[in-house]
Amino acid sequence: MKIGIPRALAYYAYYPFINTFFEKLGLEVVVSDETTKETMDYGIDDTITDACVPIKLFHGHVRSIMDKVDYVLVPRLVSVNREATFCPKFLGLPDMLRCSIADLKNELEVRVDIKQSKLKLFLLCLKVAKQLKKGFFKAYSAYLQALFSFRNYTHQFLQGGIPPLGIVGQHKDKSIRLGVVGYPYMLYDSYLSLDLIRKLISMGVYVVTPEMIPDREKKRQGKKLKKTLFWTFSNNVIRAAYHFFERQDVDGVIHITAFGCGPDFIVDKLMEIDAKNYKMPFLTITLDEHTGQEGLNTRLEAFVDMLKINRAKKEALFA
Amino acid sequence: MRKVSFPYMGTSYIPFEKVLMKFGNEVIVPPKPTMETISFGTKYAPEFACYPFKIVLGTYVQVLEAGADTLVSSGGVGPCRAGLYTTLQEKILKSHGYEFEMITMEPPGRHLRDLIKNVKKLINAKVSFADCIKIGRFAWKELVLLDKAEKLSHKIRPLEVKRGEASRAYKKSIELIADAEKYSDLLEIEREIENLYEKIPKKDMEPIKIGIVGEIYVLLEPSSNLEIEEMLGELGVYVERSMFLSEYVISNALLDLFHIKGDRDAKKMASPYFNEMCGGHGRESVGNAVIYAKRGFDGIIQLSPFTCIPEIVAKSILPKVCEERNMGFMAISLDEQTGKEGLRTRLEAFVDLLYFKKKRRQQLTNNSQLARGLA
Ligand code: SF4
Ligand code: SF4
Repeated sequence: MKIGIPRALAYYAYYPFINTFFEKLGLEVVVSDETTKETMDYGIDDTITDACVPIKLFHGHVRSIMDKVDYVLVPRLVSVNREATFCPKFLGLPDMLRCSIADLKNELEVRVDIKQSKLKLFLLCLKVAKQLKKGFFKAYSAYLQALFSFRNYTHQFLQGGIPPLGIVGQHKDKSIRLGVVGYPYMLYDSYLSLDLIRKLISMGVYVVTPEMIPDREKKRQGKKLKKTLFWTFSNNVIRAAYHFFERQDVDGVIHITAFGCGPDFIVDKLMEIDAKNYKMPFLTITLDEHTGQEGLNTRLEAFVDMLKINRAKKEALFA
Repeated sequence: MRKVSFPYMGTSYIPFEKVLMKFGNEVIVPPKPTMETISFGTKYAPEFACYPFKIVLGTYVQVLEAGADTLVSSGGVGPCRAGLYTTLQEKILKSHGYEFEMITMEPPGRHLRDLIKNVKKLINAKVSFADCIKIGRFAWKELVLLDKAEKLSHKIRPLEVKRGEASRAYKKSIELIADAEKYSDLLEIEREIENLYEKIPKKDMEPIKIGIVGEIYVLLEPSSNLEIEEMLGELGVYVERSMFLSEYVISNALLDLFHIKGDRDAKKMASPYFNEMCGGHGRESVGNAVIYAKRGFDGIIQLSPFTCIPEIVAKSILPKVCEERNMGFMAISLDEQTGKEGLRTRLEAFVDLLYFKKKRRQQLTNNSQLARGLA
């Protein structure tokens, strides 16, 4: 039996768990290929124009594998902790998909509402395994191995690697350190982000993303906000930003956001105002299906150059 | 004395002003949103802010300029952005040097203690418990009457012989209600309003029926939806809207207190299409569309602010709902660039289409009756 997993949205945040779980259950896991222009075009055809790019891409990825597999995994992320839920588009994803791609008949909808409880996660895994006619012990062992591979993955991040991009570690002695914040499905989709992270690294920048900051630290930063945001990924982003602002251990912060993203108008503005208060250089980059490589490169270079000059000035001051 | 103000939404300012005043506050009544309001809003708000956010922000600027020092607004627990409006608006306004206190009324279900604390801040006069009840009863009646006057205008407008009469009656009704001072006044006014509409000469016909669904602010504030209901009425359409202020207050304040989910029917109706509550009124939009279909409406119009997240989800689902149930569907997304003339042309085309469909349906049934008669 083949299960298809669209390489989009939540995939980028949880893929080690998802992949391992289904593999160990004994299924053949088919992940859709990395995003290409074709995936994008499929997605644009299927969705209404004012959907954001990541949602369009999800549709595109589903279309690109739906005919090759027995099931397509369509998650409905409701909660993974007690404090927040997800963007409404995550909540309505399976419903949207059903209406937008009429000939999709083999979706496997999985509703994830686990409120940070390991038990609930396990019960969910058990339920999915049952749907796929797999037994309890198989499910249990697959669950354990999936957890293990997910831990391994978060650990790699904490070591300065970026596993979804295949970056194992970065040189600590790079001159400029940059906080790059944004949702995992924006940052780690090389096509959508125009390979921005690798580009920065090749420009001699040490990149820190929200996943590289320990969860406990992010939680602590959450207190800076009068009201917790409603969306899990957004909380992650803004807390990482506050971490950078407070520690001042990066030279600047870049926020990567999708054109027309709902939650981000709040997230971005809050960060922009506070970046000013903390005197942290801050750049917002808005991506959509039309963003050109050239324009992006110039903006990145200009920003990094400015930070280099800043730093030289500071060093001259202390010398 | 506190100088209190609040966002402008439909005719809600009438009861709000009176209540706040009775509790010993000076009230700065927010002006009806105009181009100026919107330009303030777009100037200070982020580009992708939803339209209601911009209008409300612009209103705040206007009332702060007019001397308000306290802003009262409702909160909400999301997951949509409205619940976070005030956090961001406060930050933006303060970063531009305005000084004021922002009081956010969270729905009582989860934040009862905060709510009580906030309400206390707004009680600056000696008011007995009996007075409170009286004020509450009066304000509630006002809300209900305002909604009633509006519903009547929807009903009468397509039938009026002389264009504009229903709108005039509606305006008059609002004035009457705004001038009321006692509960007994309101009872009289209720009769008067009914009379006003009664007197209008009406045509005898069955108008096309269109249900309007969508996001709450653009539904309730006519200046944000370019007075679409009036336009449709004048095109001879009976419009019905899925949300009214009094209902909104009930579901947000009272039901929430007892953890009852409002608008149950709409949610149940939505279930084959839309299984998750997703914030805003996305699911209600779908559910209400199904309800309108059951009641034999000819079409659905969805109003949503540009980039409104829950309504984008709904917008992906509604076309299928309407197609399956043989209704026309039109989605209108609103922002500061939406023009009234363009909208009117689109509406005319839509209404023509619905008329045509309806006629054909009638012909078909006539034919089949005829055929049956012959057989
Ligand atoms: S968070 Fe933004 S980018 Fe992500 S799905 Fe929602 S609207 Fe789209
Ligand atoms: S429901 Fe729509 S308009 Fe209202 S806050 Fe959410 S996105 Fe904005």
